[in-house]
Amino acid sequence: MSTSTTDLTHGHDDDAVKVPLLERIPGRGSAAAWPLGLAGVLILVGGTFLSWSYTSDVLGDLSVDFYPNGVQICMIALGVAALLFLLAHRGPLHRFGEWLDTAAAVRVLGLGAVAYMVITLGIIAYQSGGLVNINPGGWISLLGALLLAASGLMLVSRQHRDPLFAKTSSWLEISTIVVLMALVLFGAAYALDIGDGGSFLLFLLFVSAVALALTRAGAFTWVGLIAQKNRPVLMLGAFAVAFLFPFTQGGSDENMSIATQVLIFAATALGLNIVVGLAGLLDLGYIAFLGAGAYVGAVLSASAFATIDWKPPFIVVVLVGALFSAMLGLIIGSPTLRVSGDYLAIVTLAFGEIFRFTMGNLDGSNGPDITNGPNGIPAIPDLAIGSFDFGQPHTIAGITLGRFANYYFLLLLIAAIIILVFTRLNNSRIGRGWVAIREDEKAAEAMGVNVFGLKLFAFAGGAFLAGMAGTVKAHHDVSVTPDQYIFLESAFLLAAIVLGGMGTVAGVIVGATILKLLPEKLRFIADYRLLIFGLVLVLMMRFRPEGLIASHRRKLEFHEDDEELAQRIEAVHLEETEVKA
Amino acid sequence: MTLTDTPPARVPTAVGKPILEARGVTMRFGGLTAVKDVDMTVNEGEIVGLIGPNGAGKTTFFNCLTGLYKPTEGQVTLSGDVLPPKPRAVVVAGMARTFQNIRLFANMTALENVMVGRYCRTSSMALTSILRGPKFRREEEATRARAQELLDFVGLGGSTESLARNMPYGDQRRLEIARALATDPKLILLDEPTAGMNPQETKQASDLIFRIRDSGLAVVVIEHDMRFIFNLCDRVLCLVRGEVLVEGTPGEVQSDPRVIEAYIGGGDDDDEDEGPATTKETL
Repeated sequence: MSTSTTDLTHGHDDDAVKVPLLERIPGRGSAAAWPLGLAGVLILVGGTFLSWSYTSDVLGDLSVDFYPNGVQICMIALGVAALLFLLAHRGPLHRFGEWLDTAAAVRVLGLGAVAYMVITLGIIAYQSGGLVNINPGGWISLLGALLLAASGLMLVSRQHRDPLFAKTSSWLEISTIVVLMALVLFGAAYALDIGDGGSFLLFLLFVSAVALALTRAGAFTWVGLIAQKNRPVLMLGAFAVAFLFPFTQGGSDENMSIATQVLIFAATALGLNIVVGLAGLLDLGYIAFLGAGAYVGAVLSASAFATIDWKPPFIVVVLVGALFSAMLGLIIGSPTLRVSGDYLAIVTLAFGEIFRFTMGNLDGSNGPDITNGPNGIPAIPDLAIGSFDFGQPHTIAGITLGRFANYYFLLLLIAAIIILVFTRLNNSRIGRGWVAIREDEKAAEAMGVNVFGLKLFAFAGGAFLAGMAGTVKAHHDVSVTPDQYIFLESAFLLAAIVLGGMGTVAGVIVGATILKLLPEKLRFIADYRLLIFGLVLVLMMRFRPEGLIASHRRKLEFHEDDEELAQRIEAVHLEETEVKA
Repeated sequence: MTLTDTPPARVPTAVGKPILEARGVTMRFGGLTAVKDVDMTVNEGEIVGLIGPNGAGKTTFFNCLTGLYKPTEGQVTLSGDVLPPKPRAVVVAGMARTFQNIRLFANMTALENVMVGRYCRTSSMALTSILRGPKFRREEEATRARAQELLDFVGLGGSTESLARNMPYGDQRRLEIARALATDPKLILLDEPTAGMNPQETKQASDLIFRIRDSGLAVVVIEHDMRFIFNLCDRVLCLVRGEVLVEGTPGEVQSDPRVIEAYIGGGDDDDEDEGPATTKETL
């Protein structure tokens, strides 16, 4: 199995246990598997061109023949992916199949298709009152999915070469990155446009199935390697995608308002990731630093309710907000960072609450009137930098960009700064010091690392970045009140990091997007979202404690006894150093 | 006693002026006195051995020297300056150590481990690191080059990118020495550098220690392997129950009846793999 262990499979390989079980299924390895898979794909895709539902109001409209809608197109895409893997398994794409565990990919896609079809038909039956409302197309596609799954279970994984050592030309690598980026942009725009919760859930299932299939096949090992190799291209591509996103929205503010919220959340989580992911400090009151920045932004704004008469230009406000936050970080950090982890968590938790109560009490009757107490500071005017008014729509190349799109670009800049700070600090003397502290604080101290200084720097630096984001948030939100900065928000920031992956940029962005986007799109689970997130986190802790996209080092830290993983990661590291050189 | 099968002790090489001076170091834990009024002087270019039965207080004494413990009484001076009992200040002043139970940064590569050792001799701070100016690149390059040089020096030049936790035991010991050397010490303290090593690795370790000494450093070694220590050291201190029992050349110490008694009297009669009890103790 060692050759098929990839980045995203679990460190402890439980396939070793599964294989004997699968071996007992009759027909495993039979020659019929491959043709069966092809037939499955044909039937699955064929079914999508027929209507799935009798009524036209379920999951968009599934009642029209020969006009597949989004839910059906997902199945077509999945079918095409399965076809490609089947052809790579045996057929014209054999050359690629040599490097991939194609059987595992077909298996995952088949099982994913079955789950997808069952849920889809279930929703149709439930919403329109009975199985009778399912049209033949739906049953045909389900049959195709079942055949594909059976084929996947019958196919035997062939011995394949490790994709880590695949030597590929740079045009292939760069075009892969471009295609992936384009898919991300297209997928994000599409997902945001989905109206109903059911379709969104199905889209999520589709994306997960394809991602898991690629992981199982080992494709992400190669993607991870080329991402390391072509880092500038990747970064440029990612920012191009993020930059182009507002242009796909046709001037609509609805999705852009969600996007800006995701961006604020992600930027703050990235700042927290310096504290938690790099320096290894548990901070449970991080939202207070965002709040401190927001209050500075509000108090120094042109709002009629602002209590301070000084109205500096915005760039100065950003700096003041960031410095004020950093100062709070220093004040709270210098007495507490000398003690070990648990105490820090409690102190920061209390600090978050103290901040909120203080802001609620600085209302003139309990203290100086700075924050207007629980009423907060409303009516914060939109930013205007030079002649650019953030409140007004602008038209660029015929595409109108509304108010939220304007803030989106500014927040993108802030996120870029935070990412830059994060990655550069990570790969520096300071970053090495942080790793050493996480590994063995005493040994680090005995080797001359300034443990306290580095911890305080992480704490204050993280606060600085959150303060910066906070000043923009004040203008974006129009009003600042104490109850926006409750403990739950800090907990969500931490959850984004744990879910996404400690110590990586991509992981935190994914985690933040999931945590912010899901409640927006799945309104029907809004009441249960805490329950669901709690459950997800428990499952993550059990099966993938390092998060979805974890750094090598963090993965190693979470699997102290896994020798095989350590050897594998060393091999990946060696290969990465080699391709970079 | 048949101590004749140990080769003759090395003649002390050119001994310079004192570099480390510990005066009246006492360490009490509640009612227990682990180290009692110990004096030790280490001269430039000297290898000093610290021996003693289990629980004699050798490692505690090391911890007092390196600032991990604050001695109850007494003081430690390095090149004439009194050392504050803070590990970092001790390293900055020029004294580095290794640990009895290896304490590497397990999830870092060999090179990164040694680069961490350079931390206190480099100065890139936040802004330099973020802006990546010429100073940063120069310093990072120099750190990397020095770390590689040290890995070559200890014989790990081929394992630069290996994870520390994947390395064989003997290599981990050597990596820890390289990491300590990276702090540019004047004096290096080695706490049982050959524990758990086979004879061949032990031989390599003693060669390495000679090379370290020849590069101008003073070395203090804690060991249980008597043959190893008597071959290696210019001077040996025998610590028993927290006190210095004997101090002298290896020849003097190994023929001292009190040393023999302390070891045999300690009842450590297990684990002799060769020779009489007093020639090679592997406790």
